[in-house]
Amino acid sequence: MTAETATTAAPRALARQRRRAAAARFWREYRTHRAGLFGLAALVLFALVALTAPLTVGSDVQSVTDAPGKPLESPSLQFPLGTDQFGRNLLGLVVWGSRVSLLVGLLAAVLSVAIGALIGVTAGHFRGWYATVIMRITDWFLVMPTLVLAIALATVMSRSLGTIILAIGVTTWPTTARLVRAQTLAVESRPYIERAKALGGGHWHIMSRHVVPNVMPLVLAQTTLIISTAILAEATLAFLGLGDPSIVSWGGLLQDAREAGAVSSGDWWYLVPPGIAIAIVALAFTLCGRAVESVLNPRLGVSR
Amino acid sequence: MTTAPLISVEGLHVTFPGRHGMPPARAVDGVDLQIRPGEIVALVGESGCGKTTLARSLLGLVPPTAGRVTFDGTPLDYSSRALKAYRKRVQLVLQDPSGSLNPRHTVYDAVAEGLRIHGHGGDERAAVTEALSRAGLRPPERFFLRYPHELSGGQRQRVVIAGAMVLEPELIVADEPVASLDASVRGEILALLLRLRAELGLSALVVTHDLGLAWNIADRVAVMYLGRIVETGDVEQVLTAPRHPYTQALLSVLPEAPGAPVVLSGEPPDPARIPGGCRFHARCQVLAGGEAEAAGVAEACRTRDLEVLDGAAGAQVACHWARAGVTA
Amino acid sequence: MSLLDVRNLEVTYPGGAAAVRGVDLSLAAGEKLGVAGESGCGKSTLALALLRLLPPGTRIGGEILLDGEDVLTMKWGRVRAVRWAGASIVFQGAMHSLNAVHRIGDQIAEPILLHRKATPAGARRKTGELLEHVGLPAARANAYPHELSGGQRQRVMIAMALACAPRLIVADEPTTALDVMIQAQILRLIERLVSDQDLGLIMISHDLAVLADTCDRLAVMYAGRVVEEGPARQVYDDARHPYGRALSEAFPRIGDPASRFAPRGLPGDPPDPAALSSGCAFHPRCPVVLDVCATEDQALREAGERRRAACVHVAPGSAVTEEEADVRSSTS
Repeated sequence: MTAETATTAAPRALARQRRRAAAARFWREYRTHRAGLFGLAALVLFALVALTAPLTVGSDVQSVTDAPGKPLESPSLQFPLGTDQFGRNLLGLVVWGSRVSLLVGLLAAVLSVAIGALIGVTAGHFRGWYATVIMRITDWFLVMPTLVLAIALATVMSRSLGTIILAIGVTTWPTTARLVRAQTLAVESRPYIERAKALGGGHWHIMSRHVVPNVMPLVLAQTTLIISTAILAEATLAFLGLGDPSIVSWGGLLQDAREAGAVSSGDWWYLVPPGIAIAIVALAFTLCGRAVESVLNPRLGVSR
Repeated sequence: MTTAPLISVEGLHVTFPGRHGMPPARAVDGVDLQIRPGEIVALVGESGCGKTTLARSLLGLVPPTAGRVTFDGTPLDYSSRALKAYRKRVQLVLQDPSGSLNPRHTVYDAVAEGLRIHGHGGDERAAVTEALSRAGLRPPERFFLRYPHELSGGQRQRVVIAGAMVLEPELIVADEPVASLDASVRGEILALLLRLRAELGLSALVVTHDLGLAWNIADRVAVMYLGRIVETGDVEQVLTAPRHPYTQALLSVLPEAPGAPVVLSGEPPDPARIPGGCRFHARCQVLAGGEAEAAGVAEACRTRDLEVLDGAAGAQVACHWARAGVTA
Repeated sequence: MSLLDVRNLEVTYPGGAAAVRGVDLSLAAGEKLGVAGESGCGKSTLALALLRLLPPGTRIGGEILLDGEDVLTMKWGRVRAVRWAGASIVFQGAMHSLNAVHRIGDQIAEPILLHRKATPAGARRKTGELLEHVGLPAARANAYPHELSGGQRQRVMIAMALACAPRLIVADEPTTALDVMIQAQILRLIERLVSDQDLGLIMISHDLAVLADTCDRLAVMYAGRVVEEGPARQVYDDARHPYGRALSEAFPRIGDPASRFAPRGLPGDPPDPAALSSGCAFHPRCPVVLDVCATEDQALREAGERRRAACVHVAPGSAVTEEEADVRSSTS
């Protein structure tokens, strides 16, 4: 190593180099988990379907007035999944509904994990009376029946996607908070935290440079798991009639199916596809989440 | 002529509240200690004697219940801003190098951390390079992007030392710096500490249970028992001609020691239940063997506590029997 | 006939790391053998191999003759009978080897009940006896591990190792992490028990000074091989192998002015069993390395009476020459 190259590369370049190497290493390890790869493949597929929906089916697939088929037609070549009670192409509706379900699931999960992580880290770091108070609040939210609270919120506020996202986010954060707090306590008992304090690091430095990076793997794994919970929750809320009636989502399709009497009349094509779609996406996120967890878990990731 | 001490501790008491109704634990129960610039002092004792607590109170990590710490003539201010400035002058090296480094930070980040906390104005990379080089990791660039788990124990400890040295401190507090390392690697790390002392005038307080380590690198040694220093003085003197029965016992059980080993029975006692009189009298082999009786100090051993040693240069011992002038 | 005879033992872990590469040892009843070495030298692997406690998939070669029977070719039922009743181990990290949710009395009685098929009452009585033997009051049998101190837990581990009256005890780092005084108590206890019951003892440690004091013979391991072997005091005071010498110097003698402000160590790190260098495994760190050391591996050769060392500088039967001694002292 010559002196010239030693002085030209700045710390920022080093950080970039390190991040690239870390990402490459992560991908190499992730590849070894077959279940995770299946999950990832399924998610990529659904994401593509959702993103290209405006091109493949177009938004007018949800139009009731211009419905192309007759109501409740069974599957045929023209309509591979049949039609709904208004005569709309069910396959198109499932594709279109993926956008809402995935979006709501993602945003609600991000909100939930953000609240949970913030509370978990601060409660674990500061302790004292602040932690006691906030953990009791967490416990209170934990024992509240999620669905009941979500329903209550959705009823009080206007019926829109934002409400759904908020309702789910605000009721599912306690699990994350407890997990993150436990992990924070574990991290803070390690000697390198004492070293950081001895170097002169304050609260912000310790939380942002030491606790959060070590808690991130857990948070990331939690996010993927909560996304599947959120998608299911959104489907439930829509099924119960609390979603936005003007928007097509998988849960909404299930509700429509139930109202149209698809259960008793044996119109399986109305019920089964949205249900399977929900199940597959939830499963895919779970598989990914578990693979991410086992890759990022420091104890498993370090081979020595 | 005595130089002014770099750091001095006066009447230090650190008491931890007892748990579940137990009496409070007097971890440090009255200590005076001084360390001069360029001096290496070894603090030895068994677990529970308070040496770890004493070391951390020198760093300001543990606020004292009574007494004070004075650095370079100024008493320690425990406000967060003053403490942060203090940390640039006194640094810490811990026992377990694999635990001391954040597994997610590279070697470069670990060493640069101190600089970033204090807002280093100059070239960060040059400072890190120099610190790693001085700690014996050459060429330094090769280590920048490595992670702690990719290094050996000795290399990790060098990274920790580099991270401490990058702030150019005047005093290092090392808590069992080589206890977790392999025997053949220890010598190199200890030689590094001696070199830093020779090149930079660094002072050090080395906390250890290993008397051999004190013989290897320390100028003075202070022996602690149950929160007090019971004997202190130059290493040559204390380790070859110990006066306190506890020091004598510790030295006698070492593998190479001449004479019969004095194996004290029982466990090191609990800082929550410090016996009255001389705190060592319950395990003291001199008292049990009758020599204290013969010297006429047995009653004093059982009832009168000894005063705190002043911890400056010179040999001192806190023992009624030793002071009675009886030689072993 | 010796109590234990290890012949050309080779252990390779599933990942390909050769932890033990041809070790010969022998031990008579009542004899104490110390095995010294640092991390990665294979000493703990050796201990586990003696009772076939290595993970499945490990390749083991050679013979381990315990009282004439080869442990490696025993039938499974016989292995289980031999474990603990023939030879037992005091594990490293004894603090964590005790089950935290069981009382120590139950844990000591466990091997008794498994092997001797004694009645529970008989096992309880025996447990009390064992605790007294190791210096703990019998009433402590009802305590949980967390209620005991480190030294007391170590005594419980020793009591457990003696539970089925084995002929051989293997102590793997029995006093690491203990205070000096407690260490002295434990070593004294081990010595007394070994001489009272005429047991064979193999003590494994990185602390060469402790081994030299406690054991009759000493074997120094490096990179899976024994590099020096002989009477304990001689190997410690005057090692013939450069590594043995360096390891011995790493433990300063208090009162010796030569080690005052002169900490002695070796450059580099203990070798990784998965990536050993060619020739003599020690040559990258050796202070008296010669060209031949990088290409030729060294076997153990005679280095005095009942002593062997694996170094090219040790000519059969000869003492170290002045020249070699000069080379060593000038380069170390």
